[in-house]
Amino acid sequence: MSAGTSSKGAAGQGTRTAYRLPTLSAESNNNVLSLLRLIIIFLIAGAAVSSRLFAVVRHESIIHEFDPWFNFRATKVLTTDGFYRFWNWFDATAWYPLGRAAGGTAYPGLMVTSGAIYKLFHSLNIPVDIRNICVLLAPAFSGLTAWATYMFTAAMKDDAAGLLAAAFIGIAPGYISRSVAGSYDNEAIAIFLLMMTFYLWIKALKDGSALWGVATALFYFYMVAAWGGYVFITNMIPLHVLVLILMGRFSSRLYVSYSSFYALGTLASMQVPFVGFQPVRTSEHMAALGVFGLLQLVAFVELVRSHVPSKQFKLLLVGFVVLVATLAFGALVALTYAGYVAPWTGRFYSLWDTGYAKKHIPIIASVSEHQPPAWPAFFFDLEMLIFLFPVGVFLLFKELRDEHVFVIIYAVMASYFAGVMVRLMLTLTPVVCVSAAIAMSTLLQTYLDPKEPTPVVEGSGGDGEDDNGAVAKSTRAAAASRKAAEVSSSTDSELSRPASPLFRASAFTSSKFGVFGLDSRFFVTIYSLLLLLVFVLHCTFVTSTAYSSPSVVLASRNADGSQHVIDDFREAYYWLRQNTASDAKVMSWWDYGYQISGMADRPTLVDNNTWNNTHIATVGKAMCSNEERSYPILRKHDVDYVLIIFGGLLGFSGDDINKYLWMIRIAQGVWPDEVREADYFTPQGQYKVDDGATRTMRESLLYKMSYYRFNDLFGGRPGMDRVRQTPGPSKSPELDHLDEAFTSENWIVRIYEVKKPDALGRDLPGVKAFEGGKRRKRAFALPAAGAGGKK
Amino acid sequence: MPPKGARASSSAAAKSRSSASTTASTSTQSPLSTLYNSYIENTPRRLKVIDAFLVFLMLSGIIQFIYCALITNFPFNSFIAGFASTVGQFVLAASLRIQANPENGKTFPKVSPERAFGDFLFGSVILHFFVFNFLG
Repeated sequence: MSAGTSSKGAAGQGTRTAYRLPTLSAESNNNVLSLLRLIIIFLIAGAAVSSRLFAVVRHESIIHEFDPWFNFRATKVLTTDGFYRFWNWFDATAWYPLGRAAGGTAYPGLMVTSGAIYKLFHSLNIPVDIRNICVLLAPAFSGLTAWATYMFTAAMKDDAAGLLAAAFIGIAPGYISRSVAGSYDNEAIAIFLLMMTFYLWIKALKDGSALWGVATALFYFYMVAAWGGYVFITNMIPLHVLVLILMGRFSSRLYVSYSSFYALGTLASMQVPFVGFQPVRTSEHMAALGVFGLLQLVAFVELVRSHVPSKQFKLLLVGFVVLVATLAFGALVALTYAGYVAPWTGRFYSLWDTGYAKKHIPIIASVSEHQPPAWPAFFFDLEMLIFLFPVGVFLLFKELRDEHVFVIIYAVMASYFAGVMVRLMLTLTPVVCVSAAIAMSTLLQTYLDPKEPTPVVEGSGGDGEDDNGAVAKSTRAAAASRKAAEVSSSTDSELSRPASPLFRASAFTSSKFGVFGLDSRFFVTIYSLLLLLVFVLHCTFVTSTAYSSPSVVLASRNADGSQHVIDDFREAYYWLRQNTASDAKVMSWWDYGYQISGMADRPTLVDNNTWNNTHIATVGKAMCSNEERSYPILRKHDVDYVLIIFGGLLGFSGDDINKYLWMIRIAQGVWPDEVREADYFTPQGQYKVDDGATRTMRESLLYKMSYYRFNDLFGGRPGMDRVRQTPGPSKSPELDHLDEAFTSENWIVRIYEVKKPDALGRDLPGVKAFEGGKRRKRAFALPAAGAGGKK
Repeated sequence: MPPKGARASSSAAAKSRSSASTTASTSTQSPLSTLYNSYIENTPRRLKVIDAFLVFLMLSGIIQFIYCALITNFPFNSFIAGFASTVGQFVLAASLRIQANPENGKTFPKVSPERAFGDFLFGSVILHFFVFNFLG
């Protein structure tokens, strides 16, 4: 903001100003500005870091959520066993019978980053625990994100807009939601790398420098190593290039920057084992390759054109380019159909065909963050930025430089993707911050500009038509004067802007239109500042209430305002850790796989890395079948313990009964004739857990495990399930093949031990009935008639 | 890689035209000869050296591609590394040619020919680091 207000030339030559400007020499003016910039950036970084610490201050320094537990465990492997062990790490405790080659199936960027920080601190004799580095990595990188966004926006407009954008992204809840302290997830560093790659790309494009193109490729490589969302960059930059070519804005700078970026970036991205040959084999990366080829063609044609200025020849060459591009596209399609190029993977395809995942890959649709968001989510996450966002895009359209095209495309694409998937709100947030900052800084600069227009008494005729032109002219003139004031600070932004001496000469000195007096300036400025203030309050409120809860501990408030912490998860996981054999296999739904292996340190059957759908379906089948059918599955997989989450007592809604339908659907996808979703609904189509539940539901393993001994808490009467808001079953289910091993304090986590087969060869229900003293019904029947011991 | 192959073949044809051959059909005789003459006359010597290097890289890439397509792509990473090294080096050299071309001086106000050469060296070193890492 400061850059806009103290325009140097304006105060001098005869123009009237609304308020007095400090008179400084050009040099000291620059010094003051750069000092202010530095201070502001540091303050923004401070705000970004400190607003992410709510969870650490309130609870403790602990890893949240599910995925970060794997990252944390991998980081521990990296720091204790060294880099090479990590690179070839085979995790035999995950996906129990199969194991997982974790070094080759994870994005290693995050772990390597925190490992490097760990090594750095230890080499400086600052012995920090690796857990604290992992917890605080995301806040630290959010400060860097603010800086990268500042650089990016400064390249788009000016430093003032850059500082605003940095302030916005520093505290915008859309980004905070994925980067609070303790959220040790790939996104923690990915957004910084995204903005940095984009900034370097813009810089490479402006300068036409191979050096910056290579730097873009290197940061792209880092991004590929860090996050699967790198595909967004892989498609954004070629799209930008393609649009520039179609707009007739091809230049040698474009060729140099994109070619050097693509050639190195693609080769570099293939070094990441998880990516492998995908950049040459899959459809997600073909746009980049196609644009690379097209750019070579166009550049070659331009070269020939510079030698031959004949008009027919030009036509011929343009036709040639179009023909070859069409042929190449056709060949690509043919290769895709022939199977040489892999088609879109389900995860990306579901972004285009939004009904695809639900129909074909229920495991993708089952994740809550893969659902489309509702409107309030946008306002909740971005507050006033969401309505400044289109204004900023409009302003960029008005002054359409090459790099502005990038932001416009980015805005359109990211808006679409965020509209399809909640999770992609994260990639929308940076561009919203950038364009909102451009809009806000334009507004502030217009109304803080001290230059007074000179009211000229006009003649009558042609007022109306003159009006429009003059308004446009004067606003552009204001923009031009602002730019002129900042040539010293950001000369590189002058580069590709069309020079506009016309506006400067005519409209600068005698502008009839503009902001008169101090009052209008005052009102608009105060109003804008008020908006900004409310934005800060909103962001702090949202961060504090919605996004700063570690999912590992559940916090609630008692009536007197004191905090009540429910710590059932760790209670149960530590029970597993301390009271079971170290190779005891734990079966749970895949959501808890990472946490079990991270906190309980026990082998699991499935975890959050959902690479083997059949294995997950096996677990789902074991959960939703009756005991007689699931016991063999458990035995075949050497399961020792089964862990389920039950929120019925406490009202914890994310429990396994609520996820049950997804288990059924996923199992049904693999065994359609053994598991049928319809069996779990009442004939009226209701999903019930009380006595009205269907027989299949009542006999399913998960149902029995959830409500086992539930009524004992209520003195034998049907217990009240506080999640489903219905009574539980009136008669507690009996378990024949499992023993209850542990139930946490609030009954959230229940662990069952799988019984060993009977030593005498009897079936387990029979054993239970025998030990319970029950008489066999058909006492006279022959043993060969079968073990009808049940009841 | 259809676009790359198309680009390579087209520019190879043009380059061979520009370097030696004169056996073009009569209908396009005059533009091609104009192109050839203009290239010979107007191109500085240094750029011609770069062009020779570009032609060499292109031939090398084409040979590798033909070998891969006709015989085997078995160590696919080696093929990718070798082919990407020629493509990357081609692109970097072409960038150098564009930046060092005195006609393009006004397009690149921030890049002098010396700076362009420095960029070329930097890019090549990084490229070959990745190439050797990927050869396997």
